[in-house]
Amino acid sequence: MIYAVLSLAVLGAVFGIVLGVAEKKFAVEVDPRIEAIIAVLPGANCGGCAYPGCSGYAEAIVAGTAPLNGCAPGKEEAHQKIAMIMGVNAGAASNRKVAQLFCHGGSEKAVLNYEYEGVQDCHVAATMFKGPKACSFGCIGLGSCVQACSFGAMTMGPDQLPVIDYDLCTGCNACVNNCPQNVLNLVETNHLVHVRCSNKEKGKTAKEACSIACIKCKICEKNCPEGAITVITDAVGSLAVIDYEKCSNCGICVEKCPTKVIEKLLPLTACAQDQDITSSQKPAGCQQCGLCQ
Amino acid sequence: MREMIIIIISAVLINNIVLSQFLGICPFLGVSKRLSSAIGMGVAVIFVLTLSSLITWAVQIFVLDKLGIGYLQTIAFILVIAALVQFVEMVMKKNTPDLYNALGVYLPLITTNCAVLGVAIINIQESYTFMQTFANSLGNGIGFTLALILFAGIRERLEDADLPKSMSGLPIALITAALMSISFLGFTGLL
Repeated sequence: MIYAVLSLAVLGAVFGIVLGVAEKKFAVEVDPRIEAIIAVLPGANCGGCAYPGCSGYAEAIVAGTAPLNGCAPGKEEAHQKIAMIMGVNAGAASNRKVAQLFCHGGSEKAVLNYEYEGVQDCHVAATMFKGPKACSFGCIGLGSCVQACSFGAMTMGPDQLPVIDYDLCTGCNACVNNCPQNVLNLVETNHLVHVRCSNKEKGKTAKEACSIACIKCKICEKNCPEGAITVITDAVGSLAVIDYEKCSNCGICVEKCPTKVIEKLLPLTACAQDQDITSSQKPAGCQQCGLCQ
Repeated sequence: MREMIIIIISAVLINNIVLSQFLGICPFLGVSKRLSSAIGMGVAVIFVLTLSSLITWAVQIFVLDKLGIGYLQTIAFILVIAALVQFVEMVMKKNTPDLYNALGVYLPLITTNCAVLGVAIINIQESYTFMQTFANSLGNGIGFTLALILFAGIRERLEDADLPKSMSGLPIALITAALMSISFLGFTGLL
């Protein structure tokens, strides 16, 4: 017994000393900027920057291969700090992006083809006729996106659709990548009008599957003053799509849409245009939403 | 000398550690996607395996057997191997950072590579002398490297092959490994 303890202790001590000496002898000088950048990153290791974790991103920044503003969860604050560490000017602030759900066919509105009682995971359900809903494009509603969210920004709503908390959403892309139906997408916060449908089937079929579907009537297209919303036809089918570059958030299409599938959100941030609202003058692009008052 | 050559040939071809004894499968499948990293991994394993076998042999003969505590063999050997892998990792990080990055997590995983522990224990079971231990562990290291390099060469070509989707990637790699194992059976009558 005493020999066993002693011999292992001695062996361990010898190896420890050898490794300790080797550590000093073979010490690699790590760029101190890498440590500093890791310290200002959120440390969630969400992978939204497409690098392996926060440390991988920090190394890539110092190596010069990654953009300084690649960390969405870190928001503008991390971008500014990283720019300071790297000794460059951060440049103008870019708009924050948040996840938007392009399906409003909740359990009340969507018709079911069958009852699903399998594993409660969207990916599994998607392997069976693209989920239980008659609409094969819509949200399956088992909450794989909620599980993918590291920031608690998503919850399942009462109608089996995920609800996104735009204040908590960091735009890390995790839910978008984890959605088998591709009904989630990142959109900048200054865009307020969204078509809440992904169904590309013909109007009649879509309407039969879901009461809030886009029926491709083109009324929105005809009424849009900016030419921003168009019914785009591709190999799968057609769907009303908003060109966010052109959309001025006027909301006329929201009024005209017969199925009310187009939605206009309240401004997501204190000022929808991310303008400086401390001055008394109304900045260019102000939509007079009144939220800043 | 003749005996040592026989031990080496036997370890490399006839009792190949991966393809005949099925030890060290994890890095065999994990690090065989690129020929260059396979060569690096092979060299690292040869180094760790040879050195650790010699040290574990000394530990067994001069410590465990002398004190009559042979039952501590596994834990003592793991201690030796883990320390050595740490050492190799430091040297590699300093001298060959590219190879260090290419091997990634598989380098610290040599610690739990059963081939390394397996060879150390086989050496003791066969009651090899110090020089025989050296020959056997070097041969097994070379055998591992040989299998890994052959496999990596085949997998690089498989990547361009027109495979059914359900077969591409790991499934075809496992089938390839099985076929290689069968072909190595052909060396059985060599000695």
